[in-house]
Formats: sequence, C-alpha cells, structure tokens
Amino acid sequence: MLLAFSVVASLAIGSIQVPFGEVVAAFTAYDGSDAHAIVRDLRVPRTELGLLVGAALGAAGALMQGATRNALAEPGILGINAGAAFAVVIAIDVLGVGSVAGYAAFALVGAGATAAAVLALGATGRGAGAVSLALAGAVLTWLLVSLTSAVLVFDAQTLDEFRQWVIGSIAGRDAGVALSVLPLIAAGLVIALGAGRSLNALALGDDVARSLGQRVGRARLLATVGFVLLAGGAVAAAGPIAFVGLAVPHIARMFTGPDYRWVIPYSVVLGAVLLLAGDVLGRVVARPADLGVGIVTGLLGAPFFIWLVRRRKLVAL
Amino acid sequence: MTRRGRLDVRVVSVLGALLAATLAALVASVALGEFSSPPLGVVATLAGAGDRATNFIVLDLRLPRALTGLLAGAALGIAGAVFQDVTRNPLAAPDVLGVAGGASLAAVALIVFGSGSAVSVPLVALAGALTAGTALYVFAWRRGVHGYRIVLVGIGLSVFAQAGIAYVLAKGRIFEVAQAYVWMVGSLNGRGWAQVWPLVAALVVLVPVLYALGRRADVLALGDDVARALGLGVERTRLLMLGLAVGLTGIAVAAAGPIGFVAFVAPHISRRLARVRTAQGLLALSAATGSVLVLLADLVGRLAFSPHEIPVGIVTSILAAPYFLFLLRRGTA
Amino acid sequence: MNLEARGLSVGYGEADVIDGFDLVVPTARMTAIVGANGCGKSTLLRALARLLKPRRGTVLLDGRDISELPSKEVARRLGLLPQSPVAPEGLTVEDLAARGRYPHQGLFKGWSAEDEAAVEAALAATHMTDQRGRALDELSGGQHQRAWIAMALAQQTELLLLDEPTTFLDLAHQVDVLDLLDGLVHERGRTVVMVLHDINQACRYADQLVAMRDGRVHSAGAPSDIVDVAFIADVFGLDAQVVEDPVTGTPLCLPLSQPRRTRCTS
Repeated sequence: MLLAFSVVASLAIGSIQVPFGEVVAAFTAYDGSDAHAIVRDLRVPRTELGLLVGAALGAAGALMQGATRNALAEPGILGINAGAAFAVVIAIDVLGVGSVAGYAAFALVGAGATAAAVLALGATGRGAGAVSLALAGAVLTWLLVSLTSAVLVFDAQTLDEFRQWVIGSIAGRDAGVALSVLPLIAAGLVIALGAGRSLNALALGDDVARSLGQRVGRARLLATVGFVLLAGGAVAAAGPIAFVGLAVPHIARMFTGPDYRWVIPYSVVLGAVLLLAGDVLGRVVARPADLGVGIVTGLLGAPFFIWLVRRRKLVAL
Repeated sequence: MTRRGRLDVRVVSVLGALLAATLAALVASVALGEFSSPPLGVVATLAGAGDRATNFIVLDLRLPRALTGLLAGAALGIAGAVFQDVTRNPLAAPDVLGVAGGASLAAVALIVFGSGSAVSVPLVALAGALTAGTALYVFAWRRGVHGYRIVLVGIGLSVFAQAGIAYVLAKGRIFEVAQAYVWMVGSLNGRGWAQVWPLVAALVVLVPVLYALGRRADVLALGDDVARALGLGVERTRLLMLGLAVGLTGIAVAAAGPIGFVAFVAPHISRRLARVRTAQGLLALSAATGSVLVLLADLVGRLAFSPHEIPVGIVTSILAAPYFLFLLRRGTA
Repeated sequence: MNLEARGLSVGYGEADVIDGFDLVVPTARMTAIVGANGCGKSTLLRALARLLKPRRGTVLLDGRDISELPSKEVARRLGLLPQSPVAPEGLTVEDLAARGRYPHQGLFKGWSAEDEAAVEAALAATHMTDQRGRALDELSGGQHQRAWIAMALAQQTELLLLDEPTTFLDLAHQVDVLDLLDGLVHERGRTVVMVLHDINQACRYADQLVAMRDGRVHSAGAPSDIVDVAFIADVFGLDAQVVEDPVTGTPLCLPLSQPRRTRCTS
C-alpha cells in the first residue's frame, strides 16, 4: 500500500507537477503530450530504478546485519562504496569515461573487487569472523578513500565530474542502467529472501548456530555474496547512497521483531519506499532543481539514526 | 607517568625517543625540500646570521610550516587520547566522531559559497568543530554519556556532515570546489606563523589543564560506579575533558585542515610502544606520536613526488590503513 | 559510623524495585543481604552507596542525609566494590590500590607519605604485597578480587559495600575472600555490607542477615535466629531442610529434591 503510494508519487511529483489523472492516462491513453512524455520517458525509468535500488539496499543491509550480528552493518561496510568510487575516479581520470553507463560498469567492477579483497583479508585475520570482516572493510575503505582523494586533489576536472556522481542519485539514468543491474539485484534478492532461516540461527551466536546444525561459514559466505550483488548493483546504478541500508532493517524490525524471515521481505519493500520517498522529497524541496536522493538520505538519515540510538537500550556491538 | 614519585622507566624512555624523533623530523623538514639548503646555511639562519635566500626559505616557509605540523599533530594526538580514554572506547576519536566533519562542513561551505580568507576559514572551522562537539555531547547525553552511545551518535553526525559536504561540493563552482577539497583533505601548504601562534596559545592553555585532570581520568577508567564511589564527579569530569579535547581538535583543524586519522591512530600507536598505565603518560606519548606522524607524513608528501606535493592528510590516511591491517592480523582491535 | 536506610524507595524507569525499605546497618559487623534473583539486592546496595537516587525515603550516614554530603566526604567513609569491576589493560595491583587514595587527594596535593602508608597497609592486609607489580589480568580470580579489595582498603573507609564479591570464583577463592572480609570486620573493626547469593555462605559469615523479598525486608537478624524452613520457603521459594552446620554451628540449608519419578513433565 505504502509502496503503491510512493510509486505514484514518484511518477506524479517533480519539477513539473503532473496530476494523478494524467499519470494514469499516460499509460492508458498516451497522446504524446509533454506531460505524458515526462511520465513515461523520464519518471518511469527513474521510478523503476528507485524501486530496484531501494529494494537492493534494504535487503543488503538486512543481510549484512544478520550475517555480522552487527546492528551497524550497512552497505558501505565492506568497502563497496569506496571501491566503486575509486574505480569511477580512475575511469574518469585515466580512461576519460564520461557516461553514466560507463560509471556504472566501473563502479560495479570496483565494488566487486573491493568486496573480494575484504573477504580475503577478513578471512586471514584472527579473531571472530564477523569482527574481522568489518575491520577489514574499514581498512580498505580508508585506503581507497585516501587514494581517491589523492587523485581528486590534483585533477580538478575529474573532481568536477566525480562530485556529481558521488552524491548518489537516481536521476538521469535511462532504462538501460536499470536493466543492466537487474540480473544482479534479482539474484541478490533471491539469496536474501532465502537466507532468513540461516540468519535466525546465526543470530544466536556461532557456537549455538553450529550446534543447531547450521553451516556457519557457508551461510555467512552466501550472505556476503548476496550482499555484494545487491550493494554492488545499487552503487553501480545510483552511486553511494547513505543510510538506507543501515536504517531500513531497524525500521523493519520495529514491525516484525527479530525474525529474519520477515525482516528481509519487509526491508526490501521499505527500502524501495524510503528511496522513492527520499527522491521525491529531493525533487520537491529544491524545486526546480533536484537534490540527489543520496543527500536527502544523508541529511535526514542522520537525525533519525541519532534518535534511534537514543531511544533503544544500547547493547554492546 | 609518575607513580608515587617513581617514574615509569619504559614510558619515559619511549617518550624520550619520540621527542628525539620529532626533533629530527623537524630538522629534516626545515632542511630538505625542493630547494635543498645546505645544513650549515640552515644552522646559520637559525643563529640569526644566514643569507637572505636561506633565511626566507627556512624562517618564512619551512620552519613555520613544520611547526604548524608539529603542533597540530600534538594537539590531535592529545585529543584522540582523551576521547578514547574518557569514553573507554578504542574506536572513539574526534575525526571519527564527526567533530572534524563539522569543521570541514563549515569551512567548505564558506569557501564554496562565501568568500573564504586566510582568517575567516580557520575561524569558521573552529566554530564548526565546537558546534559538532556540542551536538555530539548533547545527543549522546542521557543521564550521562556512555561509551557506545557517543560512538554511534558520532558516526551519525559524521555521515550528516559528509552528506552536507557532498551537497556543497556538487553545487559550487569547480574553482572554489577544488580549493575546498584541498582544504578538506588536510594540508600544510602555505601554513605560516599566522597558524603557529594560535596553536601555541591553545596548547599552552589547554594541555596543562588536561594534564592536571589526568588523575581524575585514571579514576574514571575504573568504571563509573567505582569512580563515583571514590568521590569523583563523573559526568563533570567527562564533560570537561571532552570539551577540552574538542577545543584542541578545532584549533588543529582550523590551522591545517582535518589531517586524517592522526587523532585516531596516535593513541593506539602509543599504547603499542609502551604499556601506558596512566592517563598522563598516554597524553604525553600521544602528543609526541602525533607530532612525529604529521611531520613524517609531510616530509614524505613533499619529497616523494617532488616537485608535486601530496597534502599531508592524504599521506596520513594512506599510512593509517596498513597499520590497521597489521592490527587485524594480530587479532586485536 | 552509622549507616541507615529509612523508608527507601528506589526504582529504574516506571516501577519501584525497592519500596519502603528500612534498615539499620550494625557497626563493626558483617551484614549479608540475601534474597532471590531480582528482589532488589543490588539496587539496595547501590542506593546505599549513593549511586542511585531514591524516589522516596533517605539513606543516612551518621545521621545526615547522604545525598547532601559532598561526594569526596562520602568517599572517605564508604567504599564500594561492584560486581565484575573493569580495569584498563595493564594496570598493576599497586596502581589499582593507589587509585583508591583519590578521595584523600586534592587537585594540587601530590603523593604524600600518608598515601604511601595507606597503600602499603592495604596490600599487606590483603596479602598482596608480593603481587604488587603484577598486572590485574594475570591474576587468578581470588587474587583479582583481593586486589580490588585492597583498593577499597586503601580508601581507608570504615564502611565497605560489596556486590556479590564471590560470584564467578571457585570455592577455594570464595572462602579466601570471605575469610579476608571476616578478618576486616572482627580484627580491624570495619563494617561490611555485602550482597551474597549463597545462603549458606551468608549464614556462615554474617553477623546480621537481611533477607529481601519483592523489594522489602522480609526479615533481619542473626542467621541462627531467623533462618528456618519457613524462611527458606518464603524468601527463596524452595523446600529445604535446615540443619546445624557441623563445622561452624550456623544454619545450613539443604534443598529437598523432587523424587526422580516426578521431575520431567511428560
């Protein structure tokens, strides 16, 4: 219900207001007018992408929070965003790539490579599997961010292009982008939706999970693969978007409780809703310009997160 | 450092080594560079009798720059040590907890949207740091400020600042944006005596107070309950110490931009070098470690790809990452 | 040195954990607070130690309301050892004991001969003098507790409050710590109040037993006066036999088992 509403809102609202009736008409009785064109050619792909990316981020966050037992886990945790950013910067600087599709491709490669490196690193460190992973992710994130900065400090032109991408936005991407990440995100969603039971077991602690017959290492690996597909796909398509992956599972948990078989589907839907809502907000607030959804989630997500932190009885991480 | 009149030998010797290293780095920073000055010339200048060219390079350019780095590094190291000690959380540090982010947001906004000058940018940065610090404390306060909550709130603030910065960078004109970006990374380029004196003033005023509070910090480390039972005003002490640390951070960032990770890493390195048992010891070691880190990073940044200069903040960030990798392999965090 | 609670009501959040609690702590005696889990024992101790603000009622130290006294003054008269205390890495026994001197030190006062003497005495009383340079994390459970007690002793307070000082220790160490505390009371005249979960230990060592149930005093008195079958049933919800301990003559509680046939329901 909420989902349908946000979809419609996404289609209807923007720098040019399109009344609800016209929105429907654009599909049923297309007449080539400006309004209809806007709805079908611009906003539909944008909405589709928003749905996809939002769902991916929500599921990714839920997967990672379950697999690492860390309530702070979120898509940036495995250095995915930093890896994507670095790849994009290299693409712009060294290879002169300038198209959104090009960014997407490189971002994907960067995200995947970083995740692989983090997994390899995390596996070699001593200490609890979950903690090592987060730490390895942090290490790689710092490294990549500083390398990215190193390039950008010297090359203002690259900075000029990069700064638009790094906001995180679903605007300006055509249907092709959504299509290209669709298989990845779809695969990831399949993994995520199926991971509910194993995540519930993991939540009890590795030792208890093992004694319940859960293959801990495998479950975590599968979750991570799903996570990489989802988060990688999301960042490739839309750039790094803050907080959605972090906050959505928490909100979902407020409704469903800790059972991951419910948390994950709810996260998928909530993620889509939140992303579209953020995007719509970005369009409304900065009319006629457009505040990228990444900025909206960053600016709004922080106060929400702080409120969350204040509200709950804190548990140690 | 002192315990019943007896000095902890190991801590003192490590401190001595660090101070020697700092001095060496300082001398190297002054002597080496794009135009290498002969050591004798440098000495002559310091003695007041050098030639004009060397005088200029040494006294007007390199010495104040190196001193800025040294002092900013010390300030950041101390701030990081205080944060970690007072919150009893090794993950806490002003650069991680949004204080530096707040300073950056303010400075970047000024540079891009306003007319930043060499005077207004540092002031605005300081104001940003203090605001962020206040927000951090206020939001983390709930019948007291406890370790994990402050880290979480700090992360939230940090992301908020990042989003704001991304927005500013995206909206501005590329010329100002490029300038702002360089500032944001942390750099000693062009820093002169105008930066040194405020740092000196801040350190001279704030550090002795922090040092005197060292005993209280030691009691605080035993846990809130025990500390209260020993008669310590727990919240007051925490507030005071954190406030001073935020002030130090603000001044350091105002002078040199947010030099990445020095505040975070310096206390960790100090603890590895010597088994520090008191807050005062940790403060002293972290200050020295911070200074050495910044000076070395600046040297590397200036010399490695000469004549291109890599901003010191990038070098420290790049160096911090392998250190944590090392920690990871050893199995402790 | 007189510690008293009058009409004390303390709680977290909505409900009161302790309600209308009256207690007089006898001087130079060992008092043990016992009761089932969740009946408010730790809460009571923390309220007595001024760590919790009471909703109603007062805690009186030497006749004065403890919440009105300056904290350092309270700290010079009352020491606390919480459950599972944490200490930073690498802290030595000596260091810990030295920090107990804080209430006696001022901002500018350095380390004095008095402080030195107090720490030495504390280490000697807990038999930790030869362990003084060792780090806390290297010690055994019993030694660890004794180090913390040394800190509380260095504080030189007449009153010592301990929250479950023997939990997580093995039997030998438990006896070790309790004997030490017993010595402090009967040889050095201190007043000790401790929360114990083991009723038999409490009976053995305590001069006065305070039993709590649902946040109120169920009964208070010498163990041999108040501990009987009805007492155990009321306070712990347990069927038991109470006999005389062959070693010390104090009450010994022997829980009655269910006959084996009826233990598992289906």
